Amino acid sequence: MEMIWQGIIAAFHLLVTGDPEVIAITLLTLKISVTGTLISLFIGIPLGTLLALKSFPGRRFALSVVNTGMGLPPVVVGLWVSIFLWRSGPFGFLDIMYTPTAIIIAQAIIASPIIAALTCAALQQTDPKLRLQIQALGTTRFQYTWLLLNEVRFSLLAAIIAGFGAIVSEIGASMAVGGNIQGQTRVLTTATVLEVSKGNFDIAIALSIILCLLAYAATLGLTLLQQKQQGGP
Amino acid sequence: MLEAREISWTQDHKDILRNINFHLLPGECVGLIGPNGSGKSSLLKILAFLETPTSGLLYFQGQPVPRKVPLSIRRKIAIVFQQPLLLNTRVFDNVAIGLKIRGLSKEIIQERVNYWLEQFGVIRVSKQLALSLSGGEAQRVSLARAFALEPDILFLDEPFSALDAPTKECLRTDLAQVFKATQTTTVLVSHDFRDVVQLASRALVLLNGQVVAEGSPPELLRSPPRGEVERFLAHFAS
Repeated sequence: MEMIWQGIIAAFHLLVTGDPEVIAITLLTLKISVTGTLISLFIGIPLGTLLALKSFPGRRFALSVVNTGMGLPPVVVGLWVSIFLWRSGPFGFLDIMYTPTAIIIAQAIIASPIIAALTCAALQQTDPKLRLQIQALGTTRFQYTWLLLNEVRFSLLAAIIAGFGAIVSEIGASMAVGGNIQGQTRVLTTATVLEVSKGNFDIAIALSIILCLLAYAATLGLTLLQQKQQGGP
Repeated sequence: MLEAREISWTQDHKDILRNINFHLLPGECVGLIGPNGSGKSSLLKILAFLETPTSGLLYFQGQPVPRKVPLSIRRKIAIVFQQPLLLNTRVFDNVAIGLKIRGLSKEIIQERVNYWLEQFGVIRVSKQLALSLSGGEAQRVSLARAFALEPDILFLDEPFSALDAPTKECLRTDLAQVFKATQTTTVLVSHDFRDVVQLASRALVLLNGQVVAEGSPPELLRSPPRGEVERFLAHFAS
């Protein structure tokens, strides 16, 4: 019990004094997670829209693959991205293994199916009569899609929250493709695991508190935006 | 303005519409009347280019309408459905949306939206969220949205049927005044002949996907064709 208490005290000390390494890890985590989320938005929203609104052969199969992707284990993503980015792999010439870029790619692969599946579900839940009404307003295909996406914007924000949550909390992929290299690819999750393995519970607790605060701050911001737009209490 | 020749529509191996001939003159309001399942809403969707007929031809302003209806034609019509079907945004933006997608200037949008909200008595709620309105208010906003487009043809698909009796009566009276002032060419679908009597100058009665009677609404009430049409219209004789 005393160890936990001392760990918490040491953690707050690290946080208050602004330990340079902890700050660097936090900023890198933020940069990687935000970039990964943004990329997954650019992939996930158009993919989800296509699956929801366009009829084509194999659509149901594609949807089932995307839905399965929602539960894709990060460590599996890490393994396959490693195979592709490995020096002898198909994309080895890019020489980005064990870099933040590799982590971003892996994390975007983790979050894209989540955002795509939730976008698709949100669009499919819209009233078919409302879709007809939007069409009847004289919309082009792009305007029609844009208005429908705007109509489900609260669900899209929930999808973004879910995508960011999956990215910021994963460890398997970051460890596999980033390698947890100090000052280069060490992020909050991998650093926490490392410190636990070394028995440095104070630093591990400090990192875990920051990770939780980071996740909370980001989701709080998105939630407030969602509720403000929805006119909630 | 609009003409349909020998329109038929089959869906899931079922004949919804059979050999319908229809014409609409500029400035007139034509009522499509019939019991539930008679095919009147299906006919409206075809006339409004929301569905493609299985066979038959449509002519808009004298020109045949291609199967893939061009945007320039689709933008000349407006539709109001039974439900208001407003977007989850403010009332003003709901009425403005059709004008925005047509690329009109801010000044024109502002002027036109306010004018039509005023005409339908809902200007006071223009800043409210559309989904917070009552059924009557929402349907007025829906009508304002359609009229703001200044369409060549307005299609009304059971616009009063989701409203309670007093609200319906009030809105029908207001709409009659707007029709009188604007002379908007309109197709009105209703299962209630009273709507047609008050608003339309001509009525077509549909039964089982076919037009079985046509004439001025009072004339149809006075001397309906014998059989099913007579029985259907008898409900409204009083």
